[in-house]
Amino acid sequence: MQTDPMNLAPDATADDTFAIETTGLTKRFAGTAVVDDLNLRVPRGSVFGFLGPNGSGKTTTIRMLLGLVNPSSGSVRLLGRSMPGAANKVLPNVGTLVEGPAFYPWLSGRRNLIRIDAAGSDPQRATRADRVAAALAHVGLSAAAEKRYRAYSLGMRQRLGLAAALLRPRSLLVLDEPTNGMDPQGTREIRNLIRAVAADGATVLLCSHLLNEVEQVCTHAAIITLGRLVAQGPLESLRETTTTRVTVETDDTERAAAVLGRLGLMQIAVTGTLVSAALDSQRPEDCCKALVLADVGVRSFVSRRPSLEDTYVELTGEGFDVAR
Amino acid sequence: MWRAELALLFRRTRTQALLGVLALVPIVVASAVRFSGSGPQPGEGPQFLDQLTHNGVFAALVGLTVTLPFFLPLAVAVVAGDAIAGEANLGTLRYLLTRPYGRTRLLVHKGAVLVAFCVIATCVVAIAGIIAGAILFPIGPVTTLSGTTLSLTAGTIRIFAAAAVVGGSLLGLAAIGLFISTLTDAPVGAMAATAGIAVLSGVLDAIPQLHAIHPWLLTHYWLTFGDLLRSPVRWTAITKNLLLQAGYMLVFITAAWARFTTKDVLA
Ligand SMILES: Nc1ncnc2c1ncn2[C@@H]1O[C@H](COP(=O)(O)OP(=O)(O)OP(=O)(O)O)[C@@H](O)[C@H]1O
Ligand SMILES: [Mg+2]
Repeated sequence: MQTDPMNLAPDATADDTFAIETTGLTKRFAGTAVVDDLNLRVPRGSVFGFLGPNGSGKTTTIRMLLGLVNPSSGSVRLLGRSMPGAANKVLPNVGTLVEGPAFYPWLSGRRNLIRIDAAGSDPQRATRADRVAAALAHVGLSAAAEKRYRAYSLGMRQRLGLAAALLRPRSLLVLDEPTNGMDPQGTREIRNLIRAVAADGATVLLCSHLLNEVEQVCTHAAIITLGRLVAQGPLESLRETTTTRVTVETDDTERAAAVLGRLGLMQIAVTGTLVSAALDSQRPEDCCKALVLADVGVRSFVSRRPSLEDTYVELTGEGFDVAR
Repeated sequence: MWRAELALLFRRTRTQALLGVLALVPIVVASAVRFSGSGPQPGEGPQFLDQLTHNGVFAALVGLTVTLPFFLPLAVAVVAGDAIAGEANLGTLRYLLTRPYGRTRLLVHKGAVLVAFCVIATCVVAIAGIIAGAILFPIGPVTTLSGTTLSLTAGTIRIFAAAAVVGGSLLGLAAIGLFISTLTDAPVGAMAATAGIAVLSGVLDAIPQLHAIHPWLLTHYWLTFGDLLRSPVRWTAITKNLLLQAGYMLVFITAAWARFTTKDVLA
């Protein structure tokens, strides 16, 4: 199910609407479509969660967005321009963290940032030292700036990767698992950082398996499984694709189930003293009232709004093994 | 901008160690000759060795002769094989390319650094040789292979010209290494393959039955740099060598470019 476009600004032109737009994007490795006919639409200014099980094709998609991997077919528009053709124009405005940080072990954190900043065709030499120092401070690495990268811990490496993504003002951040290996303070700092970047009007594409993180920070999300997009849209509308469930605790499970059935609730399940059922269009308060009026002894009544995790599991399955 | 690439290479301990070993070779040879008692007889040992006891500056030429078959190609293979594959292996390649560092531009800069490394490596050998020679032996006007005499200054210029020609002899191998480096994400493999090609070329060059292909072999004219120490200089073999190296460069740099600008960067 493809929940449809998001609150578009009324005066937005086609090119301004989406920071990332792919059309029929496909990548085949040895005949297998690892990314399959993907039509991803990331609205400008959104914090967009890109979710999917291990091996579902997220990183491969990101590599195609950034021009590292050539699509087998389909096309990519990044910040309104076609990739990889416009890479030199677009990418200076894009900060990236793809599949973990990568730096030269024999250089210090600060020298590594200088190296990556100097590598582009737009050196901006005059402001470099200040920008490097600011980026290091931003991710809390100032104290370790002169340490060789070889001696950095996992979380410090991740922080340095983020610092590299923040070396310049960006219109788009593409972050693949940015909190991998970070301590709780670091994780919270990343969340604040993403919010701050978004408040400045930038778009953030966030790949993460931490669904409650995503739920806290994202405005939109897409779910991909086996290379295919199974849902995308504002977080609210994604949750709505999964039904709210009510759970009644009672001694009289049989009668409770009957009452809920009469009201038209679906997927009624009884476990011990609990009866749960999926709401269709009924309001939970009406269900509770009907139960009481039918003389069911209600000990507790809970109506649970679906979480992103519920939607995710419903769309990608319970299976633990990687699909291929 | 490619200076940043150069700084990256020379800041690395491994590069410094390679250059250190190269500098050590003429020092060791000169010391051995100095302290072994009996000097080498004419025609004995490597090219120029018999001249060493008369004139210390010949240590530079002995150093080039001795490092050319093995140490220099090995150093070039290490640096060239690492050029792209090393960045891929570290994962820095994906960040360089999304910086963005155009693929053609990156390859050009890596190539320029390789050329610089070849010349710097041979100059390190020459300089270490001259210094060691000056300390251990008398130095003075240089007797050429033709028996004429050059002033010390003119002789030293000839020696650095020889170092430059040796540097130029390594460019074909460097281009091959650069190409191999675009084929793999494993730098050690690229280095080994490049060094292997230099060895193979030397082996084929030593088999008389294959004389038909000898003029086309990468290493065939390597030791002809000594012709610079004749009076007048004999250019034939040196020119052939440099043309041959240019041919190898053209072919393998084009191949490296074709490969690198179209490949999927998955590392
Ligand atoms: N170089 C490659 N050759 C062949 N198959 C590959 C290659 N790289 C990735 N794949 C396959 O592509 C699929 C998608 O990989 P990808 O890295 O995009 O997954 P992902 O969604 O990022 O997973 P994760 O959550 O584990 O990071 C996987 O099945 C993987 O095996
Ligand atoms: Mg991934």
